[in-house]
Amino acid sequence: MNAVNPLPSGERLFISGNEAVARAAWGAGCKVMAAYPGTPATEILEYASRLPEMYSEWSVNEKVSLEVCIGASLAGSRALCAMKHVGLNVASDALMTQTLIGVGGGLVIAVADDVGLSSSQNEQDSRFWGRFAHVPVLEPSDAQEAYDLTRFAFDLSEQFDTPVILRMTTRICHVKGVVGTSQRRPFNSGVGFKKDPARLVMIPTNAKHRIPLMYRREERLQQYSEESNLNLLKEGNDKRIGFVTSGPVFMHIQEAFPESPILKLGMSYPMPTGKIRELASQVEQLVVAEEVEPILEGEIKAAGIQVLGKEILPRIGELAPQVLRPAIAKLLGDARAEETAPPRTLADLPEVKVSMPPPGSSLFPRPPTMCVACPHLGIYYCLSKIRNKAISGDIGCYTLGAGHPWNALDTTICMGASMGVAHGLDKGRTDVDGDQKIIAVIGDSTFMHMGMQGLLDITYNRGNVTILLLDNRAVGMTGGQDNPGSGRDIHGEESPRVDFAKLCEALGVKPERIHEVNPYELPTLFKALREEVKIDDTSVIITNQPCVLVDFYAAKPPLRVEDDKCTGCKNCLDVGCPAIHVTRRETVVKPNGTTKELAFVRIESSACTGCNLCPSTCGPDAIVPVENFIRQ
Amino acid sequence: MSDNSITNILVAGIGGQGVMTAAEILAQTALAQGYDVKKTEVAGMAQRGGVVTSHVRFGDKVLSPAIPPGEVDILVGFEPAESLRWCSHLRKNGVAMVSTTRQEPPVVSLGLFDYPEDPVAQMRAANIRMHAFDAGAIAVGLGNFRLVNTVMLGAISEYLPFSPEILKNVILERFRKHKPKLVEINEQAFEAGRAAQAAH
Repeated sequence: MNAVNPLPSGERLFISGNEAVARAAWGAGCKVMAAYPGTPATEILEYASRLPEMYSEWSVNEKVSLEVCIGASLAGSRALCAMKHVGLNVASDALMTQTLIGVGGGLVIAVADDVGLSSSQNEQDSRFWGRFAHVPVLEPSDAQEAYDLTRFAFDLSEQFDTPVILRMTTRICHVKGVVGTSQRRPFNSGVGFKKDPARLVMIPTNAKHRIPLMYRREERLQQYSEESNLNLLKEGNDKRIGFVTSGPVFMHIQEAFPESPILKLGMSYPMPTGKIRELASQVEQLVVAEEVEPILEGEIKAAGIQVLGKEILPRIGELAPQVLRPAIAKLLGDARAEETAPPRTLADLPEVKVSMPPPGSSLFPRPPTMCVACPHLGIYYCLSKIRNKAISGDIGCYTLGAGHPWNALDTTICMGASMGVAHGLDKGRTDVDGDQKIIAVIGDSTFMHMGMQGLLDITYNRGNVTILLLDNRAVGMTGGQDNPGSGRDIHGEESPRVDFAKLCEALGVKPERIHEVNPYELPTLFKALREEVKIDDTSVIITNQPCVLVDFYAAKPPLRVEDDKCTGCKNCLDVGCPAIHVTRRETVVKPNGTTKELAFVRIESSACTGCNLCPSTCGPDAIVPVENFIRQ
Repeated sequence: MSDNSITNILVAGIGGQGVMTAAEILAQTALAQGYDVKKTEVAGMAQRGGVVTSHVRFGDKVLSPAIPPGEVDILVGFEPAESLRWCSHLRKNGVAMVSTTRQEPPVVSLGLFDYPEDPVAQMRAANIRMHAFDAGAIAVGLGNFRLVNTVMLGAISEYLPFSPEILKNVILERFRKHKPKLVEINEQAFEAGRAAQAAH
């Protein structure tokens, strides 16, 4: 990718919170940035990789990305690692001891919570890590603050000898706003890596001397939080309720209650108890509005300050204006507040009867699905045809295999879990499940992230799992980022490409139990799968066709359906390709009196890329290439 | 427009239709007019054929980036059922610009759900102020279905607090920089959108 040029300072940019973090880190003289892709944080490193002079990398997982940044910090340079909320679970082992060591150059951990679960397996509150690791937590409320607080985080880190958590949420990461930038600071210089085993070698005798230092640092940060203008009171005339809040909720409250006083915590840990106490004394009721856990609430209550929080506000999802308004109106017992709020649905409008549901409320869902010609389609088609099986899945596009029409995933937990879970399903089976076949499905990037260790555990313990390793040469779900399996680095430059067959063999899988298969060749894939599930040993079937969204993929002329040949058998619909549409349905009565539902289909040629998967499911050969097709 | 002088535009469609691009162009245009602008981006799972919406808000000072339900001034619907899904978010005097090009999801092909027979009629029955036309057919008629985006932007241009020419120039400028060959056809698409809006 090309560098973003020119880069004048003092420029006003229209960028997302993620881009603002990358741009601010660059401006702060950050030298090393590392991440594993994860929604909603992915774009931080994508943007960083296009900025000049700074080193950036896709790490194989979040723990490694933090370790790389710890090393860079100890070498004297500023470093930032970025991750989604669950990434910090993975990286936490490093964090929990790094906090004892402190920093060389400023060290910032940007962690993005997927509030509302737009693309995650759970909803976590990363602010807990601040308490657990005794490190400060900064929370921007829009893109400009993401810029300002990221720059500031490096200074804070160096001033207090601590890593700093920059806590983002989806509404910060993925919202663009106008951002003013400032002068770029040079890289740290003049101070290098300082050998200091008593500080850097965390064996018990050394670590126990560091713990009191960490607590003293926390006390100084507590004092700083009380005095800092990061924690600022926005005055308001309506003293019925005063709010304590952080992150994007600050914007939502200003929108919903412009007259209310708000204590906005840019630094939410350590919490400025004194400032909160002061606001409490000025208002009739104190409300803490936080996404998503009642963390501040518990600490405020523990300080003996009366406050309302999750008693009146939801514990999951965003605290958007439409969520805040009715809750606060109810608290105030104010019918007028409810009335004066803008109508939230058409049902609220006077000319529409209140009993009538809003239009569109009973509409079909449109869940995310696999792409047209996705190489995973054939895999799930085959998996759905295997009987008596349990399939442990993993994190990636292929998690969608749990949906229709395949319904071919039985578990999804976390990155890499398909391996260990499959092994446990095998070892823990009871008499009820008999000889149920155990299958694990994992993508290339997830395998390298945290799946390899699980496979090693299976082979070491002589397990019996059939593993489908879906190598599509990209981190698909987050937008096709490169990884060690694509053979390209974050800049698209060539780098060593991992050989999955050799890797699996090195991890203990017998060479004869490793197969590389083209997932568009259904008979071959199905045969390999059917044979391997029967064998009492661990097998790996590697599928080797690229994600359709990356440049490795080459589209072919599209297909169409010959209407007079289509018998309405519906077999092709089991592939689950979004380019196949039903044109009409019929119910026929068979000679034996039973009925059968038929569905006649067409293929959307403008979407079809000719992967040739569906023809092999078509008995009457009704699916043929479009002739003389010119792709737009 | 709303009382506090904020214009709220909700762009709704399906992953891959150009929802994000349309929203970005609207945001850039408002920015060039000196407004404060916020725009949500949707990434991750929503790209995979799911529902995609983008909120564009601009005015003197924009606070919350998400448009509260019931406060949408302009709904840009790239698909009729998706327009129906979001039309209840319109404010009382808001307007919906609806492309009637249907896109049925796999759950409908599989027979698990029905696609509404006439989403536009349902919206009319609910007294939604709207213009509905087949933007896909217009784009294909001009030679490329990707022109839908420009057709839809042309269609809403009369409803913006700045002149249609300003929006058109922003679009054409983008093409002039990267794909100069497509300037002329996009100008035609923009004007075709305006004409379709006036006719429906």
